[in-house]
Amino acid sequence: MYVHGEAWTIKELFVLPNEYIYWSIQIVMYPFMTGLVAGAFVLSSLYHVFGIKQLKEMARFALVFSFALLPVAMLPLQMHLQQPQRGIEVFMTPHFTSAIAAFGIVFSTYGAIVASEIWFVYRKHLVRTALALRNRANKRISEKIQSLIFNALTLGVYDISERALHQDEKAVKVLAGIGIPVACFLHGYAGFIFGSVKANALWMTPLMPVIFIMSAIVSGIALCMLTYIVVMEIRKFLAARKNAARLTHQTKEEIKGIEINVIKMTAKYLLFFLIFAISLELLDLIFRGYTAVKTWDILRSVIYGKDFTDIFILQYGVGNLLPFILFLLPGLTVRRTLIGVILVLFGVFMMRWNVVIGGQSFSLTFAGFMHYHLPIIPDSIETFKEGLFGALLVFATPFVLFWILNKVFPVFGIEESH
Amino acid sequence: MITRRKFLKNTIAGIAGLALPAAGAEIVSPRKLFAARNDTISGPNVRWAFLVDTYKCVGCGLCVKACKLENEVPYDANVTRTWVERYVLTKDGRIHADSPKGARDGFTTSKIDLGEGRFHDIKKEDIDKAFFVPKLCNQCENPPCVQVCPVGATYQTADGVVLVDRKWCIGCGYCIMACPYGVRFFHPVYHVAEKCTFCYHRITKGLKTACVQACPFGARMVGNIKDPNDPVSRIIRTERVSVLKDEYGTRPQVYYLGISREVI
Repeated sequence: MYVHGEAWTIKELFVLPNEYIYWSIQIVMYPFMTGLVAGAFVLSSLYHVFGIKQLKEMARFALVFSFALLPVAMLPLQMHLQQPQRGIEVFMTPHFTSAIAAFGIVFSTYGAIVASEIWFVYRKHLVRTALALRNRANKRISEKIQSLIFNALTLGVYDISERALHQDEKAVKVLAGIGIPVACFLHGYAGFIFGSVKANALWMTPLMPVIFIMSAIVSGIALCMLTYIVVMEIRKFLAARKNAARLTHQTKEEIKGIEINVIKMTAKYLLFFLIFAISLELLDLIFRGYTAVKTWDILRSVIYGKDFTDIFILQYGVGNLLPFILFLLPGLTVRRTLIGVILVLFGVFMMRWNVVIGGQSFSLTFAGFMHYHLPIIPDSIETFKEGLFGALLVFATPFVLFWILNKVFPVFGIEESH
Repeated sequence: MITRRKFLKNTIAGIAGLALPAAGAEIVSPRKLFAARNDTISGPNVRWAFLVDTYKCVGCGLCVKACKLENEVPYDANVTRTWVERYVLTKDGRIHADSPKGARDGFTTSKIDLGEGRFHDIKKEDIDKAFFVPKLCNQCENPPCVQVCPVGATYQTADGVVLVDRKWCIGCGYCIMACPYGVRFFHPVYHVAEKCTFCYHRITKGLKTACVQACPFGARMVGNIKDPNDPVSRIIRTERVSVLKDEYGTRPQVYYLGISREVI
C-alpha cells in the first residue's frame, strides 16, 4: 500500500500527517520546458517583429525548435497526473476558476500560432520541394511518401509569386507579433499557477509570473544558443570532410564566421534578460526579508539554511553569476559561450527546482520540514515517472522531435526561407 | 455552388440543432433532481458545521481509527482524513508538537515524535501546558481547493460540504497544494484526491459522523449552523469560539473551543 509522495519524502519535526512532496521532479520540468518554448519563440520574434537582422539565422532555428519543444511542455504534466487517462478533461470540461484550466486554451492557441508561422516561413520551400518531387519520374516508395507529405503540407496552395511571398512575410510578422504576448502568457500563467497558491508561503507573490517569464526567455535563448552551437559544430565537421563538401553550401571558415557573429549578438540579449530575471528574484527575496511577515521565520530557515546550497551556490552562483562573468569578459569564444549557456540552463533549472521543491520543503505548521529524495533507480511506474529517468525522457524528447522536424523544415542551407 | 447566404443559414441551423440536446440536458440537471428529492437532509436550511471542544480531547485517537474504518482509508497507510495534534509547551518557551500516524493509535508515550525515527523526551516538571487538537476538513465557505480544481471534480454541496468526484478527478494535486490546512491527500487505492466529507453519507441521513460517534468524551460535535436550536449552532453563537487560519479568507466552518494561540 503506497501513499503518493511517501517514496521520496522524508519528514522532519512537526509535519502534518497528509503532507508529502506531491509535486516532484515533473512539476520542476513543466515550467522549465514551457519556459524553453516561450523563450525560443520570443527569440525568433525579435527578428520577425523588431527586424533585428543579426538574429536572422537564429530566428528560423528558434522557431522550429520552439515547435519541437511545444508538445514537451505538456508531457511532464501528463506524467505527473495520478489519472493520466483523464488529462484530456482539462480541455473538455475546464473549470475556469482554476489557473490550470486555461492551459488547454492558451496551449492550443499558442500551438496554432507557431504552426501557422512555420507554415508561412517555409511555404516557398514546401511548394518547391513538393513540385520537384511530384515531377520526378520513377519514384521510389520513400520518395512517394515524401511527395505525399510535402504536397499535404502545402495545403493545396502552390502560388509562390512575388506578391504571394510578400503576403507570407506580412503574415509571419503579424503572427510573430501576436505570438509574443501569447508566449509570455503561456509561461506567465505557469508562474500564476504557483504564485496564486495562497496556502504556500514561498510561492505566493504577484511577482511570480514576471519572474517566470524573464527566466523563461533566458533559458529559451540559452537552449537555442546551445543547440545552435552543437549543430554548427556538426556542420563544420561535415564541411571539413571533402566528400561531404558538396552537401553544404559553405566552407568551414564561412560557417565559423557566421557562427561567432550570431552567438555574440544573441549573448547580448541573453545578458539583458538575465539581468532582469535576477533583479526580480532578488527584489522578491529582499522584500520578504524586509516585511518579515509571520511566515518569514520558516522561509528564512529554508532559504538561508536548508536550501542554501541549492539557492545561493548552485542557482545564483554557478547558474547566474559565473555565466554572467563568462559572457562579459572580452573576446567571447564559442567554447566559452558553450560553457556559459549550459550553466545558464542549469541555473534556470535550479530556479524552478528551488521554487517547486523549495516551496514544499516546509510544513503548513511552519514548524517542520520535508526533504525530497529524487528516485534514481525506478522500482515502479511511479518512481520512473517521477524520478530521474522520467525527467531525462522529458528533456530528451524535444531534441528527437527537432531532428524529425528538421527533415521537413530544414533550418539551415535553404536560401529561400523568409 | 454554395452561396454565402446558404452557408451562413446552414451553419446557424446546424449550431441550433446541436444546441437543442444540450438544452435538454439542462432541463434534467442532476443537481436539481437531487435537490428535489426529500429523503435526504439538505437544501437551503442546512449548513453543516463542526465544533471541537479541545478541553475535552484526551488524544485517545478513537476518532481517527473510526474515521479510517468508516471511510475506507487504508488503515496502515500514512494518510488520514482526520487527525489529532499534541502540543506541549515547555518552561523555556518552546513549542513541541507532533501527530504520529495522525494519532491513530493515540498518544501512548510522553516522547515527542521528531520524525526520521527520532524522539524528544520532555520531563513533566518542564511542562507549562499541554493539550490536544483534533483536526479535519474545515468545509470552508470559500474553499480554495474547489477554486483551483481544473476540471471541477471537487465541488461544494448546497449544504456546505466539499466533496470529490472520484470518477472525474485527474489527480493533479492542485487542490492538495491549495488547502492551507493540509487535509487533502491522494487515496492510496483510488489514486484521486481524498478528504474528510463530514461523513456526508451519514449526516445527510440523520446520523452523526463516525468520529463524533466514536469520541467517548464529546469533544467533537457536528450540526446545522442554520438551525437556531441545534446545540452546535447555539454554542457557536453564544460562546467564545475560534477558527483556524482565517487570515487565508477561507471562512472555515470547524469551530474550536479553548484553542491556544500556538495552534496553527
